[in-house]
Amino acid sequence: MSIYEIIGGILILIGAVFLFLGGLGIYRMPDVYNRLQAGTKATTLGAMSLILGVGVVKMEDSWTWIVKMAIIIIFIAFSNPISSHALARAMYHRKRYPYIKGDAKDMDAYREVAGKDDPSDTSPDEGENI
Amino acid sequence: MKSLTFNEKLARFFINWLFLMIVWIAFTTSFNKQEVIAGVFVTMLISFFSIPLFTCCTFKILAPKRIFYMVYYLLIFIRELIKSNLDVARRVLTPSLPINPGIVKFKSKLPTDYSKMVLANSITLTPGTLSIDIIDDTFYIHWIDVKTTDPEEAYTEIAETFEKILLKIFV
Repeated sequence: MSIYEIIGGILILIGAVFLFLGGLGIYRMPDVYNRLQAGTKATTLGAMSLILGVGVVKMEDSWTWIVKMAIIIIFIAFSNPISSHALARAMYHRKRYPYIKGDAKDMDAYREVAGKDDPSDTSPDEGENI
Repeated sequence: MKSLTFNEKLARFFINWLFLMIVWIAFTTSFNKQEVIAGVFVTMLISFFSIPLFTCCTFKILAPKRIFYMVYYLLIFIRELIKSNLDVARRVLTPSLPINPGIVKFKSKLPTDYSKMVLANSITLTPGTLSIDIIDDTFYIHWIDVKTTDPEEAYTEIAETFEKILLKIFV
């Protein structure tokens, strides 16, 4: 076992743990927005750590791996939040309103902008949590 | 879409060229003469055709002060990313699921679309927040544990640390 393999293995393990916690979060959270919260954050750091770990393990053969992995990490850091934003926004416009504890109306500031009733809208029953 | 002046086009062309060239060298990871020459021509062609598409920034972005703040921003961002993952882990592993979700809004002072995009992405990756929409200057944020519904206080809680640095980079 070289030092690269040990450090890389630890990074891959950390990544795997965070990816598992992200999956558990998707299972446990009550609605789509909270699931996205758990999913996005955990998969971003999980995938980053995993890819960095692969780069470190492969550094024994050639240093070029770590540079390529760094580029992939940068692309993940840019694209992951954008996709989660697009999913969340699309879900809101399909009238999947967020889960809110109790009956607090002022907790949903986006409703006044996006939640207007549109007669031409034929999307299914509103307020359903999925 | 407003038409661009010649200077803006030139700035976009050279900045795109520079970034694409960095990506090319990082991917090929060799300073072999043939590969570098091929890269220069390919990236020049791409950045010429993508002048109307990419709206990153002007030449001001290459000032040393701004690059220093970019590195500082990156360090703060990594710290917040790790904090947010530990936060998610704590919430997921607690049996009672301690969440109090809701959507809050706040107004941002950032001038350009690109800087707003960077702020929204950073907010998504920081503890307990997910940006849902940006309409003009107003950000709509899903917050997993709402502490306040007041826009000003929400701004202080969520965005202030990032926006102070972004204003130094992009303004």
